Amino acid sequence: MNTRQLAKIAKRIGFWALIVLIMVYAVFPFYYAVVTSLKPSSDLFRVELWPSNWNFDNYISIFSQTSFLRAIFNSIVVAFSVVFIALLLGITASYALGRVRFRGRSTVLLVILGVSMFPQVAVLSGLFEVIRALNLYNNPAGLILSYTIFTLPFTVWVLTTFMKQLPMELEEAAIMDGATPWITITKVFLPLMWPAMATTGLLAFIAAWNEFLFALTFTLTDAQRTVPVAIALLSGGSAYELPWGPIMAASVVVTVPLVVLVIIFQRRIVSGLTAGAVKG
Amino acid sequence: MSTSIKHDDAPAGARSFTTKPRRGTKVRRQRVKAAWLFLAPMLIALTLVAGWPLVRTFFLSFTDASLSDLGAANLIGFENYLVYEDGRWYGVLADSVWWQSVWNTVYFSVVSVSLEVVFGVIVALILNAEFKGRVIVRAAVLIPWAIPTIVSAQMWAWMLNDQFGIINHMLMGLGVIDAPIAWTANATYSMWAVIMVDVWKTIPFVALLVLAALQMLPKDCYEAAEVDGIHPLRVFFKVTLPLITPALMVAVIFRLLDALRVFDVIYVLTSNSTSTMSMSVYARQQLVEFQDVGYGSAASTLLFLIIALATVAYLYLGRKQIQLGGD
Repeated sequence: MNTRQLAKIAKRIGFWALIVLIMVYAVFPFYYAVVTSLKPSSDLFRVELWPSNWNFDNYISIFSQTSFLRAIFNSIVVAFSVVFIALLLGITASYALGRVRFRGRSTVLLVILGVSMFPQVAVLSGLFEVIRALNLYNNPAGLILSYTIFTLPFTVWVLTTFMKQLPMELEEAAIMDGATPWITITKVFLPLMWPAMATTGLLAFIAAWNEFLFALTFTLTDAQRTVPVAIALLSGGSAYELPWGPIMAASVVVTVPLVVLVIIFQRRIVSGLTAGAVKG
Repeated sequence: MSTSIKHDDAPAGARSFTTKPRRGTKVRRQRVKAAWLFLAPMLIALTLVAGWPLVRTFFLSFTDASLSDLGAANLIGFENYLVYEDGRWYGVLADSVWWQSVWNTVYFSVVSVSLEVVFGVIVALILNAEFKGRVIVRAAVLIPWAIPTIVSAQMWAWMLNDQFGIINHMLMGLGVIDAPIAWTANATYSMWAVIMVDVWKTIPFVALLVLAALQMLPKDCYEAAEVDGIHPLRVFFKVTLPLITPALMVAVIFRLLDALRVFDVIYVLTSNSTSTMSMSVYARQQLVEFQDVGYGSAASTLLFLIIALATVAYLYLGRKQIQLGGD
């Protein structure tokens, strides 16, 4: 009995050690970025797990750069617009795909799935042409347009699965009352779809906030860039003297909102991610 | 709300009293019409940003278009892909850097997705156990997924810094290595650095999908296995793994498609070094930096075809495997 108890204790210790290991592995790079960002530049190259001298110089330095502030502003505008457009087009499309049986429905669903698997590079030159033709090159509006390629299919896909789960009776009652499809969407489904829309909106927001390839290719000047590009190019100067302190400070600034979102909405995010994949 | 609408529709309702089936078809027709109307904005948007650009990319790959003047493009047939001139082969298919980038991409995809699946399943199994503070651990595990790829690449680039990075510092402290390693600059290690960052970032995705599948498993067969005193590892391989295979397949295909088009991590961590260059990095370099839209489009088209082929092959094999498993 004694050995069995011991084995049980050992098992528990091993289990908790594994949990601690996972926690450290997941959080440490972010934690270390925070530590680095709080160090004065003279301490930067001393490896330590806790800054011996606290100092906000790195934050002051990035926030005094107008290009970084512009990048944050651009990212916010782009991400919110992308979410708005994706939800607007997504909710009507998902009504059509989730509630109405019509010919060509499965073809449309297949096309949407196909687009969501697109490699972005495959459309790069064609999209470049479209953006130039619309006079949107080096303009955040061009990014808003191009981001629909990955946010829209995903939004439609997830909203459709949610739409399908709503009970048939609701819609039957609305049809009996003679409601048009538009009224059915806005008055019957929209109030019920808020949770699903919050989930997909959140995921679309994160995707748009993090996007890099299009943002790098379709913008040219500092004033039009989004945050990921700004951070990637902070290191652009010389290969030997990278401004690690400001890079880490900028990284923390961009990541903190996302970390807060994840902690608050983790349930929603998990349900959205799995709805997009498992039921697909 | 309903009264006013009822009033509008009263005649139709009255007519339907006598010809009921026709009213049904009218409503149906109206609904189908509305469905297409609702789909139209989305379809137009997708045509504009996906369909048309893809067609144009295919087209441009057969031209000598350059970025500075896209309009002045001449059709040159397959020259961007492969052409024999003056006793030498030219074109993407004859470029050793392209083949290097294909190999890099495949290597990166296979290794990182395999690692992600193994670690993702382990993390999911742990998160599936009941313990205090599970919500906190799950939130912590999600953090790497939410961090922008660019930012995670920078964070790791700093930790992997050859002179001042904490990883070299710790490895030297432990006596694993004698001299600092130039993780991102050294051709031997740079691919592993890229894989390390990608695995870190995407374990959460795999873990969450597997966790969702684990939570849907029936509890009773586990109780039966426990009563019978079967070793947990045996239970995992004989019961759990087959049951979560469909979810795992979905996770693998999502991750594989993502990995095959990898760009951000590699671009930030090792820029245009050929030892880690992926197909996407190669295509973008030709397109934007060398301004050779025709050649770059040819590379993009090949990338598209490779991914499409991989998808079809995977779906085909997956279906076969599931059928075999079902027998």
